[in-house]
Amino acid sequence: MNTTNTKRMTYLDALGLAQREELERDPTTIMIGEDITLYAAGGAYGNIDPKRIRSTPISECGFAGMAVGAAMTGLRPIVDLTIANFIYLAADPIINQAARVRYMTGGQFKVPVTFRASMWHSQSNAAQHSDRPYPMFMNVPGLKIVVPATPTDAKGLLKAAIRDDNPVLVFEDNDLWGMKEDVTLDTDFVLPIGKADIKRAGSDVTIISVAGCLRHCLKAAEALAKEGISAEVVDLRTLLPLDNEAILTSLAKSGRIVIADYAHRTCGAAAEIAAIVAEDGFDLLKKPVKRVVTPDVPIPFSPGMEAPLYPGTVSIAAAVRQLM
Amino acid sequence: MKNDIDSEAYLRMLKIRGFEQAVSKLITEGEVAGAAHSSIGQEAAIVGACMALNLDDYISGTHRSHGHPIGKGAALNALMAEILGKATGICKGRGGSMHLTDTSVGSIGESAIVGGGIPIATGAALSAQVRGTKQVALSFFGDGASNEGVFHESLNMAAIWNLPVIFFCENNGYAAVTPARQTHGQPDIAKRAAGYGMPGVIVDGQDFDAVYNATVEAVGRARRGDGPTLIEAKTYRFDEHCVGLFINGNYRPAAEIEHYKTERDPVTLFRAALRGRGFAEGALQEIERHANALVEDAIAFAKASPYPDPEEAFDLIYAEPATIRR
Repeated sequence: MNTTNTKRMTYLDALGLAQREELERDPTTIMIGEDITLYAAGGAYGNIDPKRIRSTPISECGFAGMAVGAAMTGLRPIVDLTIANFIYLAADPIINQAARVRYMTGGQFKVPVTFRASMWHSQSNAAQHSDRPYPMFMNVPGLKIVVPATPTDAKGLLKAAIRDDNPVLVFEDNDLWGMKEDVTLDTDFVLPIGKADIKRAGSDVTIISVAGCLRHCLKAAEALAKEGISAEVVDLRTLLPLDNEAILTSLAKSGRIVIADYAHRTCGAAAEIAAIVAEDGFDLLKKPVKRVVTPDVPIPFSPGMEAPLYPGTVSIAAAVRQLM
Repeated sequence: MKNDIDSEAYLRMLKIRGFEQAVSKLITEGEVAGAAHSSIGQEAAIVGACMALNLDDYISGTHRSHGHPIGKGAALNALMAEILGKATGICKGRGGSMHLTDTSVGSIGESAIVGGGIPIATGAALSAQVRGTKQVALSFFGDGASNEGVFHESLNMAAIWNLPVIFFCENNGYAAVTPARQTHGQPDIAKRAAGYGMPGVIVDGQDFDAVYNATVEAVGRARRGDGPTLIEAKTYRFDEHCVGLFINGNYRPAAEIEHYKTERDPVTLFRAALRGRGFAEGALQEIERHANALVEDAIAFAKASPYPDPEEAFDLIYAEPATIRR
């Protein structure tokens, strides 16, 4: 990457840059959500018409539904749902309207709307602020879901979501907001939705990473390399539609698969990936599929209770060792 | 001009009445799958509101979806074909009776989540405001939907941002089989407008002129940039919640139904009003023949149309072609 065209920035700054670039590029792009006055006139996006930045009352169902109506009639809204648990209040317009209005009307609409939801797990926020709700929405035909795990991917996938003509949910691990790296300043840098990315090549075992699990998967792979185990880390980046081909191609090489997913065990993203492997990749497996996931308990407040529940470097590496 | 509006309004009311009668008949003949909700009795409320709008203004509605696009001026053939689940249906057989949507006349969706269309129309109004057009949006919803949280959220945001939207409540007195008097703290939904700082207007929903005049004023206000209005049209549904639904129990008195059908039929009342302002009997009969012919055409078109290929269920899920696993 040409360093003159990059800037070192955080994951949160990369998201902010993606939004600003898209607002500047397309006058039909708007932002809507709670507490976003900081972007409006005099704020971070001071040159953008304040009509296009709507800081809302605490009315998630209402403003999510309005964003869908605006998307159906010529705008390209970015909805900031802030904490991912609040997506439950907006679930009706997302599921009953955004995801299926095009289908139910025989293709009379496109619904180009982006919903951002930040998952505040791992920070002692207790069960009403710590959810990783992406699997629930994987069960909704008509949506797309992306889960960027690096600042560069955050920029490229959020821009792709905004430019996409379908409803796209962007789930961000809030504890990645401070993660820094060099991010391209290319205003047309867009990543493909629906394509996984091999973040580390390897041959003995495939580690499938979902969302913010990536950093733990990479550290685990590094530790395993010292033990002579070559792990390939596949960052799914998109959960809907899933890149089945990337999963099975890596599995064909390694014959072993560990899936790391912050969601709860039952019907989590890992469960769907395991099902794909069982249906289409059974003959490739040298050992049974392993899931490293969050058990089916509400997230407790106390730090010592919370941390051990999630997938981490130690548990991912341990799962791999069990397969060798 | 006024004569043109009156003739067109009468034609649209008759189109709704004839269309709904045809649907009811098709149900008894076993031609319609699923539920159908009739707008008979509510024609003046619907058409009075729609006649105050331009073709490119937006409307959203509810499961009682047939009247709204017809009121907005939609052609009947594709609507009837949709109700029969045909490939030529306005929604290509994917929506059915509760979701008649015709964007060519500004109808942007009828939601079977009863309050669902309220924020959709409010968002369309936001869109018009941001794009700098002079379009307005009108949301049709019932007395039942006015108790959904999104009703309040949408009214509040529309008021804050002076959005060009008209919240149009067709208060027919009953949410399915539950009387509004059992579900509302006070009987006038329009009074809720005061809580959000917008005008709230009650009109006789059986009187086309009353509805039209109130909506013209609200539309003018919205187009001027002066913000939203809540209109409550007191109206009445002549049929059951669903056509053919068997209701075990008397949730509304027979005398009440009879009163509305004989004394408060919006089509009969409007016809008398038109005669009173000089429309010749022959001219009205000509409009009636025209409406009947349009309904007959729609029935013939719908019956002759093919069903969709079941494989088409896998299309139009995303804006671009997508591979969906079987």
